[in-house]
Amino acid sequence: MKTLMIAAGAAALIAGAAEAKTLTVSPGGDVQEKLQTALLDAKPGDTVMIAAGRYELTDGLSLDVAGVTVKGAGPEATVLSFKGQKSSGEAFLVTSNRVIVRDLAVEDSKGDGIKSKGVDQISFVNLRVEWTGGPKDTNGAYGVYPVASTNVLIDRVTVKGAADAGIYVGQSKMIIIKNSRAEFNVAGIEIENSMNADVHDNVATHNAGGILVFDLPNLPQMGGHSTRVFNNKVVSNDTQNFARKGAIVGDVPTGTGIMLMANRDVHVFGNEIDQNKTAAVMLVSYTQKYDDLTYDPLPRDIVVRDNKIGKNGWDPQFPGGDVVAKALGGTLPPVIWDGVTNYTRKGGTAPEVVHVRLLDGPVANLHFAAPGSVFTAKPAVVPSIDDGPMAEPKPVVLPKAQSGL
Amino acid sequence: MRAVIAALAAMACLGAGPAPGGVALDVLLAAKPAPTLADYHLFTDEDAQHPNAGVTPYALNTPLFSDYAEKTRFVYLPPGTKARYRPTGALDLPVGAALIKTFAYPADFRRPGENVRKLETRLLIHRRSGWTAQTYVWNAAQTEAVLKRAGPRIDVSFVDAKGQRRQVDYKVPNSNQCKECHSLSGRIAPIGVKARNLNGDFAYAEGVENQLAHWTRAGLLAGAPAPQTWPRTAVWDSPSEPLEGRARAYLDGNCGHCHNPRGMASTTGLFLDLEEARPNRLGFGKRPVAAGKGSGNLEVDLVPGKPDASIIAYRMASTDPGVMMPELGRSLVHDEGLALVRDYIAKAARP
Repeated sequence: MKTLMIAAGAAALIAGAAEAKTLTVSPGGDVQEKLQTALLDAKPGDTVMIAAGRYELTDGLSLDVAGVTVKGAGPEATVLSFKGQKSSGEAFLVTSNRVIVRDLAVEDSKGDGIKSKGVDQISFVNLRVEWTGGPKDTNGAYGVYPVASTNVLIDRVTVKGAADAGIYVGQSKMIIIKNSRAEFNVAGIEIENSMNADVHDNVATHNAGGILVFDLPNLPQMGGHSTRVFNNKVVSNDTQNFARKGAIVGDVPTGTGIMLMANRDVHVFGNEIDQNKTAAVMLVSYTQKYDDLTYDPLPRDIVVRDNKIGKNGWDPQFPGGDVVAKALGGTLPPVIWDGVTNYTRKGGTAPEVVHVRLLDGPVANLHFAAPGSVFTAKPAVVPSIDDGPMAEPKPVVLPKAQSGL
Repeated sequence: MRAVIAALAAMACLGAGPAPGGVALDVLLAAKPAPTLADYHLFTDEDAQHPNAGVTPYALNTPLFSDYAEKTRFVYLPPGTKARYRPTGALDLPVGAALIKTFAYPADFRRPGENVRKLETRLLIHRRSGWTAQTYVWNAAQTEAVLKRAGPRIDVSFVDAKGQRRQVDYKVPNSNQCKECHSLSGRIAPIGVKARNLNGDFAYAEGVENQLAHWTRAGLLAGAPAPQTWPRTAVWDSPSEPLEGRARAYLDGNCGHCHNPRGMASTTGLFLDLEEARPNRLGFGKRPVAAGKGSGNLEVDLVPGKPDASIIAYRMASTDPGVMMPELGRSLVHDEGLALVRDYIAKAARP
């Protein structure tokens, strides 16, 4: 029986391989129709090859066939320009499983760059997503944007100019972001309401905030947890926050290295964090009103250790930051925690248990009585805060088909 | 038992070839879409005005706004089959059913029956493997509609009901975009044919009749309970109906197909279908999640009493692809729909 099944499986594989074809699209003519038709015609296993050249598109593209690879000739060679885009909320939308988008560039999308919604095994490899006019509040929100997806790989991706987050992963599970570069965005890399993310060996520079791990209320997927942020270079995040109001990233102070909000089991280690004028690492609670009884607004079970922390916090850009800095000797310590601990969340019966292990001190504990209650602050600087060891989230392992990309 | 026999009989019909002169059910059920609309024999004339046997016209109490295009709708049910009533969601339509919708513009909306230009006819076909969506674009001579999958654009010019000339850079959806709206948990599904949205009168050849009553009487619909229990979507532009009901119907028809827990916009947490009752989900006091510049520097989706502070109204008033809502299906602002929703927000009470 086993032999039979293996044989059948092998036969299926061979059949799949035999049928897999490459649909090549070249510049010239009605590229909108040519590209979209190839994306509709592709069958599972096929590759849509977009030859080197510049493609001026008028509408968003989309793919809804599982197991398709969309491949260009490199992020400088194959350029999809959406400067003349007239419709769709993003440049390229993927809604099918096991899709790889690689080796191309998306420029000047009117909305988001490349989005995947509800996809299992989505890989973004060797891409450039850029708003070529530099940071502007009229740019699209997200560069690469997997949402409600599982097994997400983002590798060697560069995003520039996003008016919200360059690399944004929302309401997803099993995520690896590595070897990527985010610059001149409001937020460089953001993980939101997601489970199990490894963010490593990336560069986040010249954003307003480098790397964010957030949890927000009232969303279909709640309770984000288990993110490791390690071996990243989070330096010179110095672009003035240019988000429009309303977006949560609009509240990120310019010059923030790493910010953790309302999430749990987040471990930050081995990063180089330098030249961020507000702070190297900030731990904050969600301060807006909410009515979601499943929501915990506090960051908890947080570890910050073994980071290489340079000069940060010399000119904090949050309200009252200058006063706090003055009180603490002119410069904020590298790690800042709002210090909310004795807080019973909505629907809770007892105060939340909050553990932190902040070893890259000194640490400023602002001792807020409740989320955002600035006036209750009793700032104290201590060498470190150590509530004891906390188990590190297990490394994220993606399916084999993705791990070899 | 009787139901089983009926079902078997229906399945037997599905396997049979088309009745002479009837709708080409085999073409509807084929794995590949037909190259032209005429291949399905859904109509008896090349103008697609006169439905073939088994094809019934219908209308919705509150439809989606589509750049002021006029839409005519038909449903086809294979011989011996019926739709099954459902109190919520679309009616349960049998395999072989097709929903047919033609988009057209009269040259002058003050003379609606004259100089009508058909742009496209969209089909939702219930195949054995599930629903599929196709669209057929009409030629300039208006004699033939051919399959278009990549979604071309068409220049349209018309005079609106107020006598103003309007230009539309009309976008035919590509096959994937059909699904972006017609999507429930990632599968294609009908939107309009809900009992509540069909619960209204239609002028049939033999006289005016409530559509659910007519469908039941004509043997097209099974399982409908007593008429007084039928849910009803308000008519968005009927001044005699209460404001909130009309606005909620409008938001349901124009936003709720994506903004519901199983739709394309499920991850926003903003749900605008008529079944939604939680104030935060309906936008009251709700902050945006992934709006980007679509927030327009505003902080909340719906601020009671303050349409100018409400992101919902801001995005309805935009034609920037990165801001506008809905994302697909319009390039113009729907002035009347926007006015309705602004009025609803202006008069909304705090929850």
